[in-house]
Amino acid sequence: MPSIESVVEPLVSLRDVHLAFAGNPVLKGINLDVYPGQAVSIIGPSGSGKSTILRCITGLLQPQRGQIRVADTRVDALTREAQRIELRKRVGFVFQQYNLFPHLSVLQNLMIAPRKVLGRNRIDAEKDARALLAKVRMEHKADAYPGQLSGGQQQRVAIARALTMRPQLILFDEVTSALDPETVGEVLTVIRELTQEGMTCVLVTHEMRFAEEISDVVYFTENGVIVEHGSAEQIFEHPANERTREFLRHALGAPARRGPIVSDPYLLTNLSRYSLSV
Amino acid sequence: MAIESVCMALLQWSPALIAGFGQNILISLLAIGLGTVLGLLVGMLALSPWRLLRLPARLWVQVFRNAPWLVLIYFTTYVFPFEIHVGSAYIPFPDWVKVTIGLALPASANVAEILRGAVASIPGTQWEAARSLAFSRWQIAVSIIMPQCLKRMLAPWMNLYAVVTMGTALASLVGVHDVIDTAQIASNTVNLTGFTVLVYLSLLVLFFAYCYPISRLTQRLERRYAFY
Ligand SMILES: Nc1ncnc2c1ncn2[C@@H]1O[C@H](COP(=O)(O)OP(=O)(O)O)[C@@H](O)[C@H]1O
Ligand SMILES: [Mg+2]
Repeated sequence: MPSIESVVEPLVSLRDVHLAFAGNPVLKGINLDVYPGQAVSIIGPSGSGKSTILRCITGLLQPQRGQIRVADTRVDALTREAQRIELRKRVGFVFQQYNLFPHLSVLQNLMIAPRKVLGRNRIDAEKDARALLAKVRMEHKADAYPGQLSGGQQQRVAIARALTMRPQLILFDEVTSALDPETVGEVLTVIRELTQEGMTCVLVTHEMRFAEEISDVVYFTENGVIVEHGSAEQIFEHPANERTREFLRHALGAPARRGPIVSDPYLLTNLSRYSLSV
Repeated sequence: MAIESVCMALLQWSPALIAGFGQNILISLLAIGLGTVLGLLVGMLALSPWRLLRLPARLWVQVFRNAPWLVLIYFTTYVFPFEIHVGSAYIPFPDWVKVTIGLALPASANVAEILRGAVASIPGTQWEAARSLAFSRWQIAVSIIMPQCLKRMLAPWMNLYAVVTMGTALASLVGVHDVIDTAQIASNTVNLTGFTVLVYLSLLVLFFAYCYPISRLTQRLERRYAFY
């Protein structure tokens, strides 16, 4: 959507971000823009720094060089924990391993942050929590504990939990990679609906078909650099870079382009799309 | 005939023995109570991000975990005065209270260590999930980590209590009139080998009857919280 880009400021922008762990460079000059309402996917081989990029955006990691901006906040310049807390109130994060709080029921998992962090009262927090559970179709499990739920159910609760903070932006870090194939779809459906509602999303994913379907922009990373970025069509249909082509050839599992998306999960062509999420 | 008189003597002495055992239980309960409060405090300091708080707490744990309990009991018995002067009043400081403190010190170090182990057993992803929900470090410790730790601490803590209870047997060595002391007096007074054997056997039974259910309950709790 180039016409919008020229008018609207990006909600997130990274400029020449460098980060090393104990001298071992992991990000080597990342540039990335996310505009309000966009769904941006980051794809690339594992170890290429995708999670590290997300962690930098929410201030869990501090880059050694470069600029990170989220709305009006210069994330790289934050020095105090209180400032990072203000940032994280506006940025949701969903993890590969769900990371629900096992000692709290589903409903309590959704109420604890609004109550403790935002200081909302019990009645409002519960009303909100129940509405969000209904949104991810988990209202019937409000009183269950995370240990009693399937992976897909836990992940949907984790997405609802991130939404309770009413974030401007949600970061998804391989949220379907730990799931059984049969529950991947229900989580992707929830994310698809969020993007359709206009929620700004950054997704790290190995679900190539899904990324292609929902992304406004796709970034391909390798070895801590952005090799190529562009619209989903550009990256998936006409990748310019040989590295991208090779990665997609492996990731999509076939030299030729995929056929039409089939909804029968037992169809072999469809299985390959699930088996990617390791 | 001899057996009969020995049993009669035990029956006569049993109220005194039970009263003495009551003293042991009282010491053990106060020691674990004091030790737990102190231990949680020291344990939290030992986990503090600030070195100035962390280092003394770690030192406390190392010193009191590695000292023989009997030495600590002698130490507290002789280092504290027999009474404390508060304003114009003199508050007595009886030996059994000193023994309680002597047991509470190593108990506190062990509680701190149990807390450290429990906190370390909570995966770092719990901290990360809470941090990304904008919790402060303190809020994470109180609302996310501590509640999960309490369950995990219960079994080792009860184990510690059983050990503290057995440790109260050391109290007689510094002149506390507990069940061991009573047994000694009884055996000296009756002065029959058979009675001496029987009286110490009954002490074994008393301690066992008290500690065994605790240890069984601990095992059950350990099994229950093994998963999750
Ligand atoms: N906390 C850390 N300490 C040291 N090295 C790390 C840490 N986190 C990630 N790395 C390294 O940084 C590289 C990129 O990691 P990551 O961002 O998780 O990759 P991706 O998400 O693309 O798989 C990997 O080589 C990984 O080993
Ligand atoms: Mg990753």
